[in-house]
Amino acid sequence: MVTLKSLPEEELFLAGSTACHGCPSSLALRIAFKALGSNVLLIVVASCTSVLQGSYPFSAINVPLLNMAFATGGASASGAVAGYKALKKRGEIEEEPTVLVWAGDGGTYDIGIQSLSGAAERETNFIYFCYNNEMYSNTGTQRSGATPLGAWTTTTPAGKPQHRKDIAQIMIAHGIPYVATVSLAYPLDFFQKMQKAKSIVGTKYIELLAPCPPGWKFPSSKTIEVSRLAVQSGMWLLYEHENGETRFTAATKKIIEGKVRKRPVKEYLDMQGRFKPVLEKPEGKEAEELLERKVTESIKRLKGWVPEYI
Amino acid sequence: MADDIESIEYVTSLSRPAKGCAGNTGEWRVFKPVKDDSKCNNCLICWIYCPEACISKEGINIDYQYCKGCGMCAEECPTKAIEMIKEDKF
Amino acid sequence: MRVLETGNHLVALAARAAGVEVVPAYPITPQTQVIEKIAELIAAGQMDAEYIPVESEHSACAALVAASLTGARAFSATSAHGLAYMHEMVHFAAGIRAPVVMVNVNRALGPGWNIWCDHQDSISQRDTGWLQLYAASHQEVVDSVIQGYRIAEDWSVLLPHMINIDAFVLSHTYMDAEVPEIDEVKDFLPPYKPRWKFDPRLPVTHGSVVYPDDFSETRQSMQIGQENARRVIREVCKEYSELFGRWHGDLVEEYRIDDADIAIVAMGTIASESKVAVDVLREEGVCAGVFRVRYFRPFPIEEIRSLGHRVKSVLVIDRDYSYGMEGALFTELKGALYGYSEIPVRNLIVGLGGRDVSYELIVDMAKKALSGELGEITWGDSRLTSAHRVTLECLEDFKKIFG
Repeated sequence: MVTLKSLPEEELFLAGSTACHGCPSSLALRIAFKALGSNVLLIVVASCTSVLQGSYPFSAINVPLLNMAFATGGASASGAVAGYKALKKRGEIEEEPTVLVWAGDGGTYDIGIQSLSGAAERETNFIYFCYNNEMYSNTGTQRSGATPLGAWTTTTPAGKPQHRKDIAQIMIAHGIPYVATVSLAYPLDFFQKMQKAKSIVGTKYIELLAPCPPGWKFPSSKTIEVSRLAVQSGMWLLYEHENGETRFTAATKKIIEGKVRKRPVKEYLDMQGRFKPVLEKPEGKEAEELLERKVTESIKRLKGWVPEYI
Repeated sequence: MADDIESIEYVTSLSRPAKGCAGNTGEWRVFKPVKDDSKCNNCLICWIYCPEACISKEGINIDYQYCKGCGMCAEECPTKAIEMIKEDKF
Repeated sequence: MRVLETGNHLVALAARAAGVEVVPAYPITPQTQVIEKIAELIAAGQMDAEYIPVESEHSACAALVAASLTGARAFSATSAHGLAYMHEMVHFAAGIRAPVVMVNVNRALGPGWNIWCDHQDSISQRDTGWLQLYAASHQEVVDSVIQGYRIAEDWSVLLPHMINIDAFVLSHTYMDAEVPEIDEVKDFLPPYKPRWKFDPRLPVTHGSVVYPDDFSETRQSMQIGQENARRVIREVCKEYSELFGRWHGDLVEEYRIDDADIAIVAMGTIASESKVAVDVLREEGVCAGVFRVRYFRPFPIEEIRSLGHRVKSVLVIDRDYSYGMEGALFTELKGALYGYSEIPVRNLIVGLGGRDVSYELIVDMAKKALSGELGEITWGDSRLTSAHRVTLECLEDFKKIFG
């Protein structure tokens, strides 16, 4: 059984980085490296992680790291995987490294979706990791395709009028062998999903809800608590999809099974400054109810993939 | 020493992994996490939740050279063994 | 191996001979047969490479860069809109120092849609840091792809190499050419040995944030790579000619320049047409020669400065235009001559969007240039005033109805 005690001690994310206080991406990198080990090529596309890794000539990342352009996550992985295959054929390397793409929601939902979709359709053997902070945090918190209904961003000052798309479901529709969602509040679930992704051949898509303290307007000490409440309120559902079947995991599983009571979405919204502008308006109640309905819809949609609910 | 430009074959954005690539980030700290050993039960929750890899797994020691003082360790500690104390109190 | 093939198929055969290991590519007219042939060779077990059928040119160039940085020899081909679409990654490839080779089949950029030859696509990539060669014959296409890797991968260069071939004139016409076998090439071009690599035993980060304190150095280093490439190109072309007995010039190729009064300066197949024009001119008693710019980047500055003392007049033919200014090669050539020579230089704009360029036109323009009749810039084959009756009538109608 995986316990905190059994996780590797070695840190491949080195202290003293340029990350903000309470950054979810740096923490996610730490946990990902613990699961994947050091034979990794990390490909980071333009995002906060391009910046939080430090700057020339030093880097906080102690595995080989290639920084690439915003829209290129999937394509860069395809090139690297093919390159390593060639090196192996030539006898230059014994074991091909795990190719891990690290992208934000901008690089995944929006500008990079074509490249990701292409790589998945080509069955490229790599892990695509999306740390979704539901906005363009790196450029100063603008709206993205992942921003939920009602959320303030600098380009939706009155709250976003549309709800986010569900890209994990889009990835499931690609027929790739493994899709999983993770949360920082459930690190062992996260660790195990990364390990499983490593063991599977083909395209693996993993998405983290990454609460961003400055962007979501909550204190840096609350990153885990916001992550936890996202799951407990159903605003972020933990599951994995493998061989055509979905399985709920961690707290989401308990909520769906009725073992734990789902907490109201309002509790999650109230923790964050980004929903204040909408909640303070007369139509705030309506937005809250709409989000609650979206949670119900998401659960219903996901259940369609779960054998015991079909 | 004046470099001979012909001898510099190649300068590009190659960087080397190093701790403290942003300097001594402990200087960013406003609140300092201070651990009370008598309350710590070594559950490793603070270790796994430190976003900056500043808490050792062995011995739960906080690396103040780089700890930015985000407070996640104190917030998540189940035994309230870590207290955030304002730096000017030291 | 002597073959009768199209220029596009020769590119594919040359890539195989060069020991290319990874080929990410996206189809576009008139490049398509390059990648079809490569896919066919791989499927038939006649080429040992990974073909990545990417979903766009932006992705093609991203995969090209990533494959190269892992340490594999990577190749791609594109054209016009494809090249424009990958523009961000074209900069990226040079900035991150990926020594790839890419063939660009020179085609006009729309709108209106035009699949035929001109140099606007590659000229528009001038400042990206790539080495740029313009081939003038089928055999040169083959040899340039093989030489391209030696030049790009040289540790004093480490820059990507674009090989430009004229759409249809070279890409779709059949010509016999000698294609060396992999075994014949391997001493000249051993497997790619990168200067550094991504290896967990010595992890490095590449492409990190570079602050103003260090950025200029990375860019000056690219320029040093370009300057070193001048030497490497001369050496590699010489070595290749000694080994394989074929010479297409190095940074430039000259034809009957030695006693010429006027030099016709051009790139690509227009330079070949210009050779015919020169023969005709000489029969008529006009001493002309062709000075073919093979490498647009690095630009043959020394050769052009010396040309400025060898001839009395220069006619630069551009198959491109820098709007608001003049032909791009014209600007570059004048820039190189500045302070070294004051001979008259004239610019002839012809062959845009694939319009045929005849030697008769070049003969006529060269004579006018020599006699001083030619203005500074001449749109040699444009018929702007008479050619567009329907459009003009259309505009008239709009005026009548909408004012």
